[in-house]
Amino acid sequence: MRETTGFKTFRIITLAVLAVFVLLPLYVMITSALKPLVDVQGKFTWWPTNFTIQPFIDIWSTIPLASYFINSVIVATSASVISVIIAIFASYAISRYKFRGRNTFTTTILATQMFPGVLFLLPLYLIFINISQTLGIQLIGSYLGLIITYLTFTLPFAIWMLTGYFDNIPRELDEAATVDGSTAIGTLLRVILPVARPGIVAVLVYSFITAWGEVLFASVLTTQTSRTLAVGLGEYSTQVNVYWNQIMAASVVVSIPVVIGFLLLQRNFVAGLSAGAVK
Amino acid sequence: MVLTTEKPEVAPRGAASRPGAVKLPKKKRAAGWWLPFALIAPAIVFELLIHVIPMAVGIWMSFLKLTQFYIANWGAAPFVGLGNYQIALNFNGAQGQALLSSFVVTCGYTILVVGIAWALGMAAAVALQKTFRGRAIFRTMFLIPYAVPVFAGIITWKFMFQQNTGVINQILGALHLIDPNNPPFWLIGNNAFAAMVIVAIWKLWPFAFLMLMAGLQTINEDLYEAASLDGAKPFRQWRNITLPGLGAVNNVLLLVLFLWTFNDFNTPFILFGGAEPPAGDLVSFHIYNTSFITLNFGFGSAMSVLLLLFLMLVSAIYLAFINRRSRRA
Repeated sequence: MRETTGFKTFRIITLAVLAVFVLLPLYVMITSALKPLVDVQGKFTWWPTNFTIQPFIDIWSTIPLASYFINSVIVATSASVISVIIAIFASYAISRYKFRGRNTFTTTILATQMFPGVLFLLPLYLIFINISQTLGIQLIGSYLGLIITYLTFTLPFAIWMLTGYFDNIPRELDEAATVDGSTAIGTLLRVILPVARPGIVAVLVYSFITAWGEVLFASVLTTQTSRTLAVGLGEYSTQVNVYWNQIMAASVVVSIPVVIGFLLLQRNFVAGLSAGAVK
Repeated sequence: MVLTTEKPEVAPRGAASRPGAVKLPKKKRAAGWWLPFALIAPAIVFELLIHVIPMAVGIWMSFLKLTQFYIANWGAAPFVGLGNYQIALNFNGAQGQALLSSFVVTCGYTILVVGIAWALGMAAAVALQKTFRGRAIFRTMFLIPYAVPVFAGIITWKFMFQQNTGVINQILGALHLIDPNNPPFWLIGNNAFAAMVIVAIWKLWPFAFLMLMAGLQTINEDLYEAASLDGAKPFRQWRNITLPGLGAVNNVLLLVLFLWTFNDFNTPFILFGGAEPPAGDLVSFHIYNTSFITLNFGFGSAMSVLLLLFLMLVSAIYLAFINRRSRRA
């Protein structure tokens, strides 16, 4: 199709405006991370004239950033892996079998997605406190407690999206495998899973990104030792000083792994999303 | 929060008219009938553990006078029936008034954020629909805000909105839109609302873009060819081909954007910290603050339940509306 001048103008304006909107914070984040503290405490300058990489060194000693980093990796990885594993089996059952309670289950999964996080936060907090009182198992401040709460949003999403993805995989594949003598589990693991890889990657990436950035549960259910990045970054603001250059440096550092990972898996993610969520 | 996909269970009539939406599984009964139950059992156990039980506890809590004295021993908390709900819905009282004002702010916030984020996502998806040099670069660039961790993105905006050291007032001053000697506050007072809306749009629009872009790939290009031969201008083509072609995607997308935005907690929490201005008091944030500052969990739970009822009502009306429209079509 030939493009009209009108459409070309629309495209140029749209892309230019959105590029500025998207890039401005990223530019501010990166350049401010390369300035000494005095420079971020004065009037904003567009270029780091007193260029320094000191903030990237200081961030590790001002607060225990490395341990927060490890906490975030452990919690986000566990939550996404656990939900994907559980979801693979559940979604396969929903997609391939008709059984009693199937509709109830899928409707419940859908319904939980509209629930505000704060609705789960208060009861979970209370349940955790009472578990530690009666059973002596400390869940507040533990990885386990946080992972359980993260499953409240990663698991339903994983089940939902994988079900959509499995639905799009032709049933002839299952049938061929059955004819060849494969059991249902064998078919799922050896035939369906390899085909569903983009969908599984998409779910993993989505769950990881969401868990990595989660603030609400982390702000209440973590203690000094189990604090995640999402909450820990707040500690660069002290009574005396707000270390904006270090906050920006730390933001760069915590963003890099997820942004690079996301961009590398982008193709898979978009493919998985379009097959699973867009029908 | 999580993403929803439309399933026949939610919109039986609407989905049935769409090809490919309903694929009823083959009936595999007889031997191994227990297999699906075994496959789904871990998911059911976890669902009970993380959703059903906390939900039930949350609803029960909303009927209790669960203040700090009873947190560690909630069996002893006095039962107050609908007392918490009465306080929350008494708009003449201080608590009810605060909730109502927070609700109004959240409604305005949701309409603006969802509307603009959707429009930006649509504009970008359409602008990048056809191949041209540099298309891949823009596509990747536009997805970055989605991948940047929520808190890192918002905290950067917080820095940008600083009164004296922020880039926003610097730009506005250079454009002579504000008095540079007396720059406005963005995170205090009524400007906080605008600041919050901008940050939320920045985070949210890439998701709309991603979904709409995926949806555009399902539209047959020949349709545009034919329309263009008939002399239809790009805007007409968008209205008559693109928009109807994205119907199914939009139905899901708008609902998800609505739910996420209405429940948004991160934006005000990170942007304002403990010093939230009334103009930035979103409902989730309001409930959180009320619960953990006054340590009145019963009242907080009652407000959460009310929020949920409202979201369910809106979602139900929305789905019913969509079903009716697609049945007529």
